[in-house]
Amino acid sequence: MQKFALALAAVSAIALGACSKKAPEELPPPPQSTTPTPPPPPSAAGVVPGTQAHFLQAMRGQDTIYFDTDQYNVDSQDQAALQAQAQYLSQYAQARATVEGHADERGTRDYNLALGERRANAAKNYLVSLGIPAARISTVSYGKERPKATGSTEAAWAQNRRAVTVVIN
Amino acid sequence: MFHRFNALLLAAAAALLPLAAAAQETLPPAATPPAEDTVSQEGGLNVTVTDESEWQDLGIAIPAFATNQEQPTPANAQGTTALGQALAEVVFSDLQNNGLFRPVGPASLPRPTYQQITAPAYDQWRGRSTEMLVHGYVRAGADNKLTVGCYLYDVQLGQQLVREGWVVEPAEWRRAAHKCADMVYARLSGESPFFDSKIAFIAESGPKDNRVKRLAIMDSDGANLRFITNGQTMALTPRYSPDYSKVVYLSYLNGYPRIFVYDVGTGRQTLVTQSQNTTFAPRWSPDGRYILYSMATAGNTDIYRVPATGGESIKLTDSPGLDVGGSYSPDGSQIVFESDRSGSQQVYVMNADGSNQRRISFFGGRAATPEWSPRGDQIAFTHIAGDLRVAVMSPSGQGMRHLTNGWQDEAPTWAPNGRIVQFFRTERGSGDTTIWQVDLTGTNERKLNTPVNASDPAWGPVLP
Repeated sequence: MQKFALALAAVSAIALGACSKKAPEELPPPPQSTTPTPPPPPSAAGVVPGTQAHFLQAMRGQDTIYFDTDQYNVDSQDQAALQAQAQYLSQYAQARATVEGHADERGTRDYNLALGERRANAAKNYLVSLGIPAARISTVSYGKERPKATGSTEAAWAQNRRAVTVVIN
Repeated sequence: MFHRFNALLLAAAAALLPLAAAAQETLPPAATPPAEDTVSQEGGLNVTVTDESEWQDLGIAIPAFATNQEQPTPANAQGTTALGQALAEVVFSDLQNNGLFRPVGPASLPRPTYQQITAPAYDQWRGRSTEMLVHGYVRAGADNKLTVGCYLYDVQLGQQLVREGWVVEPAEWRRAAHKCADMVYARLSGESPFFDSKIAFIAESGPKDNRVKRLAIMDSDGANLRFITNGQTMALTPRYSPDYSKVVYLSYLNGYPRIFVYDVGTGRQTLVTQSQNTTFAPRWSPDGRYILYSMATAGNTDIYRVPATGGESIKLTDSPGLDVGGSYSPDGSQIVFESDRSGSQQVYVMNADGSNQRRISFFGGRAATPEWSPRGDQIAFTHIAGDLRVAVMSPSGQGMRHLTNGWQDEAPTWAPNGRIVQFFRTERGSGDTTIWQVDLTGTNERKLNTPVNASDPAWGPVLP
């Protein structure tokens, strides 16, 4: 209940900042568990704050961190990206996130599922260490099944060994 | 319905002679030397043959199966004469590329008469340098059921070696051909049959970065492909239950990877575990009563065992590394699995209760996806040293041998008789996937012709 109130407060603040929209005169319907907050109005760019589209825009590529072959450690560059993500998630406290872990194609299918999960979890752990509640972040592994770069080169594999944070509402 | 009979009613065939295992010794290898060895050497012996090339000298003629009477059948659109040709084509295709035989198919052979099926024209076949002759017939009954007979003759001896017959539904006509190929293979090689079996796999289509992956099943030769899932959610790593009644596989239904058991008969599927964690890499126990699976918890993956009908999971491994997969020894007493607890993927063996875990792979590179042979004598796995290649080793980790040399060959699965390994090959760049099989010599590779890309093959047992 308290969490809901906080989320609503954050949204109103943004809404006011965006176009100073007044609260409706009619009472809003009672909140349902599946729709905790009404969607905020579009920002100037037409992107709703707190959504995946807005997150992507705000992150400028820092929604993704990259790993070395078979590794899952978070290096300083990854830390900077995760700090930006954490800042965003603090600002939009109603937003939940899924971290998607991936591996390059040069491994076996099952192991890459485990490796992807390990990478997603490493990113999640870092976000949690920055104060984001663990309950707001889920992880999913796609192993080698969803490459971003489709080539079979070292450069393509480096792009595919990644953990991508996706905001869900 | 599939019904076997031993006493063929077709003519009064000569009594089956007790030839026992004498066939191998009586084969005259000089009759048809392979083309590359036909140049006669002046210096006498110039032996470069390996033991399997001697087998490859064994010429088997497989002319079209005869029919007693041309008549329509639901098995095809052309009738029983054409079906006789098709039956022989399936037998011919089965017996190719396994390193044992040099079969000749019906397209290039004269068609025997119905009477000749039990009384072969031996002289005619000797003139063709044929050593072994497969004859067969097909009859359509009033109830549409097909009666298929299969005979193997030693042409040089002028003797029948073995015969069998089956009554099948028209839709199952290919199974009769596979049973015939199994009879020939088993009689001539001394090995157990394997052609009349099925494969669960993943059918792939679409672009590399958004592949559609569907659960599918097919016959061991790639025929009778049937899609089980529609591709809306990604399916991976299927395994047939030992009785073919179910397929366990990984599905991203609702967005998260979890393990489902699909009932082939009813089309229903059930979750294996209710865990919120990522579960994957499911495997059956040899008796079909348990399922092994891997579960990732906060970045660490361990192997668990759960009753196939659901219930409490038992954790078998407890290392800080990624423990993945698992394949039971045929007697169910041990499990081979992979773990990166040493720093890289390697193959380990443990007792079925998780005790006595020990690493067995010590030959450089990484070793993954171990699968215990149904014969118990070998473990097939993916060896990763730059490229990914399919290899075998003994259960103690000795005698490692590569069977393939592709850019990316992975995920071996054993034929029911433990003499052939299937795997999938990924093409560099395009990511196209195809299923291949290779014999234990590593010299006889064969691609399965599937209408779409295919990966993750899982071979089931021989059908009853």
